[in-house]
Amino acid sequence: MTTKVVMEALSPTMEEGRLVEWKKGEGEPVAVGDVLAEVETDKAVMELVARTGGTLLKQVVPAGATVPVSELVALIGEPGESVDNGKPARAQEQGTQPAPGRNQPTSMPPAPEPSPRAASGSAGASGPAVKPTAGQAAPSTPAAAATPAGAAAGRIKASPLARRIAAERGIDLTAVSGSGPEGRVVLRDLEGAAAAETPAGGRSPAASAAPAAAPAAAAAPVAPRIVVPPSDGAPYTDVPLTQLRKTIARRLVQSIGPIPTFYLTTEVDMERAWDAREALKTLGDGPKVSFNDIILKAVASALRQHPACNAWWQDDRIRYWHEIHVSMAVAIEDGLITPVIRHTDRKSLREIAAEAQDLAARARSRRLTPEEYTGGTFSVSNLGMLDIDEFTAVINPPETGILAVGRIVDKPVAHDGQVALRRRMRLTMSCDHRVIDGATGAQFLKTLKAMLENPLVLVW
Amino acid sequence: MAGTAVPRTRTRRRGLDPALKDEYRAWLRQMLLIRRFEEKAGEAYSLGKIGGFCHLYIGQEAVAVGSLAALRPDDYITCSYREHGHALARGISSRAVMAELFGKAAGCSGGKGGSMHLFDASLGFLGGHGIVGAHIPLSTGMAFAIKYRNTDQVAVCYFGEAAVNNGAFHEALNMAALWKLPAIYICENNRYGMGTALERASAIYDISERACSYDMANEVVDGQDVLVMHAAMERAVERARNDKHPTLLEVRTYRFMGHSMSDPIHGHYRTREEVEDQRKRDPIAVWSQRLIEEGFLDEAGVKALDQEVVEEVNDAYQFAEEAPDPEPSELYTDVYANP
Amino acid sequence: MAVVTYRDALNQALREEMQRDPDVFLMGEEVGVYQGAYKVSRGLLEEFGPMRVVDTPITELGFAGVGVGAAMVGLRPVIEFMTWNFALLAIDQLVNSAAKMRYMSAGQIGVPAVFRGPGGAALQLAAQHSQAFESFYAHIPGLKVVTPATPADAKGLLKSAIRDDDPVVFMEGEMLYNLKGEVPDGEHVVPLGRADVKRAGRDVTIVCHSKTVAVALKAAETLAKEEVDAEVLDLRTIRPLDTAALLESVAKTHRCVVAEEGWPFAGVGAQVVDTIQREAFDELDAPVLRVTGADVPMPYNKQLERAAKVDAPKVVAAARSVLYRD
Repeated sequence: MTTKVVMEALSPTMEEGRLVEWKKGEGEPVAVGDVLAEVETDKAVMELVARTGGTLLKQVVPAGATVPVSELVALIGEPGESVDNGKPARAQEQGTQPAPGRNQPTSMPPAPEPSPRAASGSAGASGPAVKPTAGQAAPSTPAAAATPAGAAAGRIKASPLARRIAAERGIDLTAVSGSGPEGRVVLRDLEGAAAAETPAGGRSPAASAAPAAAPAAAAAPVAPRIVVPPSDGAPYTDVPLTQLRKTIARRLVQSIGPIPTFYLTTEVDMERAWDAREALKTLGDGPKVSFNDIILKAVASALRQHPACNAWWQDDRIRYWHEIHVSMAVAIEDGLITPVIRHTDRKSLREIAAEAQDLAARARSRRLTPEEYTGGTFSVSNLGMLDIDEFTAVINPPETGILAVGRIVDKPVAHDGQVALRRRMRLTMSCDHRVIDGATGAQFLKTLKAMLENPLVLVW
Repeated sequence: MAGTAVPRTRTRRRGLDPALKDEYRAWLRQMLLIRRFEEKAGEAYSLGKIGGFCHLYIGQEAVAVGSLAALRPDDYITCSYREHGHALARGISSRAVMAELFGKAAGCSGGKGGSMHLFDASLGFLGGHGIVGAHIPLSTGMAFAIKYRNTDQVAVCYFGEAAVNNGAFHEALNMAALWKLPAIYICENNRYGMGTALERASAIYDISERACSYDMANEVVDGQDVLVMHAAMERAVERARNDKHPTLLEVRTYRFMGHSMSDPIHGHYRTREEVEDQRKRDPIAVWSQRLIEEGFLDEAGVKALDQEVVEEVNDAYQFAEEAPDPEPSELYTDVYANP
Repeated sequence: MAVVTYRDALNQALREEMQRDPDVFLMGEEVGVYQGAYKVSRGLLEEFGPMRVVDTPITELGFAGVGVGAAMVGLRPVIEFMTWNFALLAIDQLVNSAAKMRYMSAGQIGVPAVFRGPGGAALQLAAQHSQAFESFYAHIPGLKVVTPATPADAKGLLKSAIRDDDPVVFMEGEMLYNLKGEVPDGEHVVPLGRADVKRAGRDVTIVCHSKTVAVALKAAETLAKEEVDAEVLDLRTIRPLDTAALLESVAKTHRCVVAEEGWPFAGVGAQVVDTIQREAFDELDAPVLRVTGADVPMPYNKQLERAAKVDAPKVVAAARSVLYRD
């Protein structure tokens, strides 16, 4: 009996892998779990292990070859068993699916199915009915799960009536979020959209609330009303999209792209942070704490206060994380990877520093496991060491926020009524507007700035 | 009146009545007309001018001619789908019948009925019907209407011998006898239901005996002798009109052609010899011979009659060929009286 | 207005039409001496005599054909089938004879006959006695199909059917015979081919006929408690279908549920849905849903039978669905 060894999906996004090096030669005995080969995925160099024992009869592809996932790479069987050009007469396939857990960070439970219909048809935008579903058995997929109308293959699903009325009123259907089955735009969705364009004519609570948040990030003097539900022990809570949220998301995506991003910049006085780092340096032992480590810690602490920024966009709902896992962008030879510091908020600066150093080093040598670079809830990207004053970073979906950190530079600023040279750093936060509104992001940044300007707060 | 009370009439020789000379002549002419008409129809069918099914009546002419001659213009007639001969004998013009076979607007059913559905309400000719046996209850219904209105019309129904094994036949005859309706059921026993011989389909070979089940008057009639046919029909009409009593006539006849134009004359179900033998009693030959023998006509007279009907048929053919198709708008007319 | 049963409303129609027109007669099994299997013809034999109230042998094919034949020569028979289940034996006469005579004869011969009797399921009569055949007959050009739901419609429509010059398939409901309702006094004629709004509403149209009218009205009550204003449109005549009324209602509500007692495949609702999607495509805010009898022979068991039948909760569920409320 010959067993086929196929290219396995060794990362969640992997579609093909390059077989870097064979670790077993033809004719060598193989035990279950033995490393057969090293495979370079889109993210890292991984190990392809044997799932059955025997003898490696044939290396079907040479080292260096790129092989699509689930294609044959080797054959394992009894010694001396004949193979016909890599096609044994009887062959059983070694599991083409990666083992459970390998395609998903083990620290995360499987994503539950969408909470059924919690917000469907509900006109009220505030106080969405929250149903913690994490860890619960997934109900059958609801027929009415709303998805963006334009999402599937560019075709807008709309009822004939909705199409006619939209044409009559000049409403762009692509900008309307459908509440019917499979995101079908129906008449009532159109009524909301029509009202959004003419605020005075608002007819439903949802519609009248829409204009305030819809057009731009800047205009929002009111305090954000996003109430993130408290954790009931689960790592996150899924909140179905309200009609308002859907409308905002749909319109913004239409405006700016699949992730409607806006940017908030602030400048932070880093004098105290500088002093704190100098002081830590003098301690001598343990890992060297970088400014980036301090920023990671501060970001985590600020996220604890602003959970609305610690969220994933999940198409039909927003996943508000109760855990904080900050991703840090690491430049590697031929690209970029974002290892994650798990439970960043619960870790000391020292732990963060040590972990960050380790992750960065292994990232550069491409030895990270998928679990180590997926599952972040917010990202930090720092180009300060490259003398960049400020920049905008690209959101790493499904995360909804990323902080771009510039260099620390001496600047003349007004300080205590005088012009003084101060160490200043510019932070720019990219926000996914479908989840984070202008004011929400701004309040997070304000807290972050306060923390960095007074590092004691981090331990307060 | 019990089923056995009526004497069975075989091909007894009866004397001819000189006073009826013109009528006798007319019968021969009608039979000749039917023969020539059907021959022409067969020719037109093979030329593709007539479509669908086309069931010829050649060999059975004396049945329609002899029986219909005993009716009044206000009587009701229904037939099966082998009804060209009855239509002609009842008086529908050969032009209207041929035009109908050609599917033309001038046809007696406006080109919508075709060979199997010839109608002329003005002549009480209430259709050729295409479902074996199904028109027998219709005729019973017409007889019921006659009784309901208390008039002295009769309702006559023609069908083949294969229909008598059909439930509709029993149901219709039972009700006609039960309610004493002025109905005459004429079973044209040409011995084959399509390709199935009577003996292979019916437990009783004498169809007239079926009438006993309903205590209905019945006769076996020689259908190849128009005079005999006419006499038997006169008795049945008398019973119906005056006594309100229905009759089943089993008329023994023979079809010289196949079941339809798509059926060979002999096929597997009957022999050439049988057909040739039956042709010796060609009803037209029998009747013309009789008229010649008795001095009502001579050979030349018969030939002249034949020539006359050939011309009529040729005229009908030409008329049908030149007649216009129904207007396309006719597609949707006559579905409902009040749509 | 007098309150009478559906049964007596039919009886009134028969009596009045027989009094009005001597060509009208009633024929069928047990219509005379027995006074009607469902007593629809009660008292008619006594009033009109055996020539006009004719008891027949059990020969559906035969007496249906007799009716057609009598109609072909100008009488106006009302042929009663004890139930439409038995009429299957006679379907040849309705389809091949009655429906086609006018066409085959190019308009020379009509069949002004009414074929009537109860259709659909009653209670626990099992598979052969619980069938709704509207769509069978409505399929046939040349036939008209009428399905009254109320005593007033039963009377008015039967009178129209008898006066109509075309063959009419008139389907009553065994479960409706005892239904009471107001019937206008005096001459009351309801034209064929006109649907009737039994309950006006804005949010969803429930198309129904015969027994499902009561079901739809009950469903509408339930929906009203959910602030859904349902319109109940009784087709009354299946053929000719009142397309105008159908489209008018759907143009108002934009949503539609079709309820019928019969089976789903090629049912009446299929025709209704086809009409709506063709003629009112741009009015629709949701696909039209159908509620039908279960696609099985009717079981005898009470619980199974209940599950097989159309009921108000099923109609309510369909209405919620087209309103995107489920």
